[in-house]
Amino acid sequence: MTTTYEPIIQFNNVHFSDKGMPILKNITGSFQEGKITTLVGPSGAGKTTLFRLCNRLISPDSGEILIKDKPIEQYDPIDLRRKIGLALQSATMISGTVYKNLSLPMTLKGEELPEEDAKELLEDVALGGAFLNRNVKDLSGGQKQKVSIARTLVNHPKVLLLDEITSSLDRVSQQDIEELIQKINQKYGTTIIWITHNLEQALSIGDNTWVMMAGEVIETGRSDLLNNPRDERVQRFVRGDME
Amino acid sequence: MSYLALFLSLIFVFIPLILSKTLHLGLEKDTIIATVRSIIQLLAVGYVLQFVFASEQFVFIILMIILMIGAATQNARKKGVTIKGITWKLIATFVFIEVLTQAILLGFGITPPTAQYIIPISGMVVGNSMVLAILFLNRFTAEVEARQDETELILSLGGTPKQAIHTSLVTSIKASTIPTIESQKTIGLVQLPGMMSGQIIAGADPVQAVQFQLLILFLLLTTAIVTSIMLGFLSYPTLFNDKMQMLKIREEE
Ligand SMILES: Nc1ncnc2c1ncn2[C@@H]1O[C@H](COP(=O)(O)OP(=O)(O)OP(=O)(O)O)[C@@H](O)[C@H]1O
Ligand SMILES: [Mg+2]
Repeated sequence: MTTTYEPIIQFNNVHFSDKGMPILKNITGSFQEGKITTLVGPSGAGKTTLFRLCNRLISPDSGEILIKDKPIEQYDPIDLRRKIGLALQSATMISGTVYKNLSLPMTLKGEELPEEDAKELLEDVALGGAFLNRNVKDLSGGQKQKVSIARTLVNHPKVLLLDEITSSLDRVSQQDIEELIQKINQKYGTTIIWITHNLEQALSIGDNTWVMMAGEVIETGRSDLLNNPRDERVQRFVRGDME
Repeated sequence: MSYLALFLSLIFVFIPLILSKTLHLGLEKDTIIATVRSIIQLLAVGYVLQFVFASEQFVFIILMIILMIGAATQNARKKGVTIKGITWKLIATFVFIEVLTQAILLGFGITPPTAQYIIPISGMVVGNSMVLAILFLNRFTAEVEARQDETELILSLGGTPKQAIHTSLVTSIKASTIPTIESQKTIGLVQLPGMMSGQIIAGADPVQAVQFQLLILFLLLTTAIVTSIMLGFLSYPTLFNDKMQMLKIREEE
């Protein structure tokens, strides 16, 4: 791995369990600043849980998480959550219009998102400004995912945690979103961590890739590791996906 | 009313018993328990009140109010076991509402400072506060659970716990107080309130009875809203820790 990039999020022996059930075991490793890291692994591997740790919605049982070399506990939770943006696979909406959802990060600061900005964001995520005043309960799953991505961008996070954000999108929309995220990565140097079940996507969009299984990180490295995994379990996982 | 008349009034208990029996409704046991309990509890209260009124000792009034608050807490706390320290939050709410209402009533000389007024009015205030607490806790725990994703979404975007729980809190406060407000809109049109009916039967002037009933209605408006809001604001912080993380809702004890 190159050393020209600094780690922005670093895990040292992180454990997390729920009701005595281990969910993440001894996670050690780092996400490089300014890079796109893709995160793959079977269902239940603990990928989403890892994201919730990074956004500090939960805290580890043991081990430490460093953000830019400083323990995560030393940051104000609100500041941290704004800088480390999270778009979850569930794309939860608050009831009301698309605009209300896009403006939410601003509303929470006692401000309002200018309508023009909201429209621009909707164009960026290939939804279109016409959706601004639509009620979210009338949106399809894929459309909600787009709103959810746009909403996460409102805070201009330094790190974007994207959890299967293209899983219910058609091919064209998926490419639009990939291009958007790559553009944000290049233009603002935003660090991207992207969970995906699509190995082709993980390979094409990622600089680096983590493979997780059953609460452990099995293999990390440049994304082309997916072409030629060392670990036998990863080989089986990759082969299973191709079939 | 004579004891014979009271005895004859048991006819009104036999009617549901017979109906339940013939139609196999299975309500007999609960009807009998309810009847026996109401006889014992009310007679006991009657004799206690007689004693308290006669003794004219302030300490007995306080004791009765403590008893009421204790019973109300015991009843309402079952609905809020998932909220940490709910017992003390309920006690604080009931004490606060009792002190607030009596301070206004006695402070402005609306009612005289005698057991005859303080005790029944306290009973109504604490009783209604308890009903409101139960309505609120039922709704709030349900809302919190149903809106867990929404709450975490707001936290994840940099919202405070208060912002994250706001919708659940306001919905529950509204839902629990609306019945009180709604029922006042139609009061007197269909049904005469129990207290007023009682006073009229006991021989009081109807207009006087109405005045008192109005006082009670207004009192209960305050009781309803203050109870829900106070309990809400005491309860929501226990759902989060100091890292602004949402705590897992505790399993029923
Ligand atoms: N809130 C929770 N409470 C209890 N257990 C949970 C919770 N969230 C996740 N888990 C458990 O943790 C494990 C990892 O879940 P996680 O959601 O992180 O997996 P994932 O890798 O994101 O899976 P998927 O690809 O299906 O989204 C699973 O066994 C899951 O059952
Ligand atoms: Mg997941």
